[in-house]
Amino acid sequence: MSTQGAGSGKGAHEALVSGIAERHVARPGGLLPALHAIQDELGYIPPEAVPTIAEAFNISRAEVHGVISFYHLFRTTPPGRRTLYLCRAEACQAMGARALEKHTRERLGIGFHETTADGRISLEPIFCLGNCACSPAVMIDDFVYGRVTPQRMDALLEED
Amino acid sequence: MAAEEHRVFVPRDTTARSMGADDVAAAIAAGAAGRGEAVTLVRNGSRGLYWLEPMIEVEAGGVRHAYGPVQTADVPALFDAGFLTAGRHALGLGPTEEIPWLAEQSRLTFARVGITDPLSLDDYRAHGGYQGLARAVELSRDEIIGIVTESGLRGRGGAAFPTGIKWRTVLNAEGAQKYVTCNADEGDSGTYADRMVMESDPFVVIEGMTIAGLAVGATQGYVYLRAEYPLAIRIMNEAIEIAKAAGLLGNNVMDSGQAFHMEVREAAGAYICGEETSMLESLEGKRGVIRFRPPLPAVKGLFGAPTIVNNVITLASVPIILAEGAEYYRDFGVGRSRGTLTVQLAGNVRHGGLVEIGFGRTLRELLEDFGGGTATGRPIRAVQAGGPLGAYIHPSQFDTPLDYEAFDEIGGMIGHGGLVVFDDTVDMGEQARFAMEFCAIESCGKCTPCRIGAVRGVEVIDRILSGDDESGNLLLLRDLCDTMVAGSLCALGGMAPFPVISVLDHFPEDLRAR
Repeated sequence: MSTQGAGSGKGAHEALVSGIAERHVARPGGLLPALHAIQDELGYIPPEAVPTIAEAFNISRAEVHGVISFYHLFRTTPPGRRTLYLCRAEACQAMGARALEKHTRERLGIGFHETTADGRISLEPIFCLGNCACSPAVMIDDFVYGRVTPQRMDALLEED
Repeated sequence: MAAEEHRVFVPRDTTARSMGADDVAAAIAAGAAGRGEAVTLVRNGSRGLYWLEPMIEVEAGGVRHAYGPVQTADVPALFDAGFLTAGRHALGLGPTEEIPWLAEQSRLTFARVGITDPLSLDDYRAHGGYQGLARAVELSRDEIIGIVTESGLRGRGGAAFPTGIKWRTVLNAEGAQKYVTCNADEGDSGTYADRMVMESDPFVVIEGMTIAGLAVGATQGYVYLRAEYPLAIRIMNEAIEIAKAAGLLGNNVMDSGQAFHMEVREAAGAYICGEETSMLESLEGKRGVIRFRPPLPAVKGLFGAPTIVNNVITLASVPIILAEGAEYYRDFGVGRSRGTLTVQLAGNVRHGGLVEIGFGRTLRELLEDFGGGTATGRPIRAVQAGGPLGAYIHPSQFDTPLDYEAFDEIGGMIGHGGLVVFDDTVDMGEQARFAMEFCAIESCGKCTPCRIGAVRGVEVIDRILSGDDESGNLLLLRDLCDTMVAGSLCALGGMAPFPVISVLDHFPEDLRAR
C-alpha cells in the first residue's frame, strides 16, 4: 500500500503518528506505549490517526479504537492548555471532595470531560492520585496538590 | 574561615511536594546563600509522617533532627533559630528516629524509605541494599524459593496468596521464556504504599524483581505503573538506567552469568488493570479485559508464558527476606499472617501516613494511637478498609486485629492495607451508591453481573433514597448484591457489593427514604 502523501483523509499528523507507530511495532505489547507517545506529543490521539496505527501494527481499526476507548486517560479531542484532574475517590470524599467538585464545576462552568470555552482548562475526574493522607487532592497536568480547599482551588485556577 | 557543611533533607515525594516541599527547598537554598551558610540539600523520600509534610531534617552531630510542617514563610525563622545545628524552634520535632509515631513501627520493607536519596545507589548500598541479591546469586533457584516460602510472605496487593507457592508454580511450569511482572497499578483509594516505595526507594523494587527473575529463570521484568503516578514513573525509569549502568540489570546480573532486563510500562487509568489477568492483557497492548482462570498466570501468563505477577510491596519485601533470612521476617506477625503490614492511614484522619508494623495490632490501635482520631476532631463513624471494594467497618468492630483471617471473619478485608477514615458527617447512603457507581465506571464489561449489575445497583439505591418502594427495593438490592458476589468473574464485580452490604448491615439508618 502506498504511503506517499500526507493528505488522503489521514490528517495533518500522519508523519508523526506513523513514525511513532513504526518505532513501537517491534516492542512486545507496543500498542499502549505507542498511544502514550502520540498523546504525549499531541495532547490527544486524533481519530484520523487510527488507520495509520492499525496499518503499522497490522491489526484492525476496530481493535485500535477499542484499546483507545477502553482506557480513561486516552483522549480523542485536544485538551485545554491545562488539564485539571479532580480526585473523586473515597479518601478525598472523606475530606470534602464532593463540595470541591461542585465548587470547581460552578466556577469553571463546565462538567467532567469538558474544556472551558476559552480553551484554558479541561476538567477530568480521576480515581486516586495516591495522595490520600493529604486529601482532597487534585493534579494539574502532572503536578499533584494536597489539602485543596475551594479557596486554594480558586488560587490554582488563577495561575496560568 | 570555611563554613561548616550542613546536610538538609527536604522530601521529593508526591505528597511532600503537594504540600509545598519544592518551594521550601528553594527557600532553604536561597536562605543559605543569603546567610553564607554551606548547605547541601538532599531530596530524600518521605518518612511517611504525612500530616507533618513538608517535614525537613538536618543532620547535626550525626543525628537527624526533624522540623515540620514547614512552609516557606517559616524558613527565615528556622535559620534564626539555628535549625542547621538542631536549634530549638516551634516546629522542632526532635531526633527523627525518636518520634514515637515512627519509633513504634517495624520498618522492614520501608527500612530506607525517607532516609536515603532515592536515586543514590551508594546510599542504597550503604543502608543494606543489594545484600539480598548478593545472597540470591549464591543460591540455587530452589533455595531462593524455599526461603521466600519459609518467610510466610503473602501477596500484599490484596489477595494474600503465598508468594513462595506462586514462584514455585512458575519455576515448575514449562516455557522457554518466563516473565516477572510487578503490579504497580495501585488504584485503591486510601493506598499509597506502592507509590511511596517506588518514589522513595526504587532500587528495592528492582532488587526484588531481579531476585524473582533469578528464582524462576525469567529474563524479562515489567513494572505496570499507573499513569496517575507521573513522579514514580520518572524515578523508576531513572533507577532502572542507574542499575543497568552498574551491572545490576542486563545480561550478566551481578556477575552471576544470568540475565535480567526491566522496563516500566505506563498504564492508562483503568482501575480494572490492577486485576492480574487484566493487567497482563494491558501489558500485551490490548483492552484490559479480564481473562478466565484457569489457566493461572503462573502457568500461562504474559504472551502465554509462565509469569510471576506480584504487587510492589510483595517484591520490595523480598530483598530483606533474602538478606536477613526467612525466620527474621516470619517472627513478625501472628497466625498465618507473617511479617509486616504496611498500613496506610488516609482520608479524615489527624495523623495520616504510612505505618509498617507486624500483623496483629487492632484496628483501634491504628486509628487512635497512630491516627489520633479524625482530622476534623469529630467522632469516627466508619472506616473503609482494603480499598473501594472493601467493607465499611463500624466502630463496634474496631477491636478486630489486623490479620487476614480475622478481617475475613467480619466480612472485611485488609487488602492492600489502606484505611480510609470518615467522621460522623458522612452519608453512608451516598457511600453505598458510590461503590456501585465506581464499579459501573470501571467494569471491563466482560461479565454481566458486573457490567449490568453495577448500573442497576445505582438505580436501585436511587429509588430507595427517593422513597420509591423502600422495603421492596432494599430486598432487591440484597438480591442484586448476592448475584454480583456469586456470579462475577473477578474481584471487581464480586466484591463491589461488599461496601454496600456493610452499609445495609451496619448503617441501615442511612439507606432509607429521605
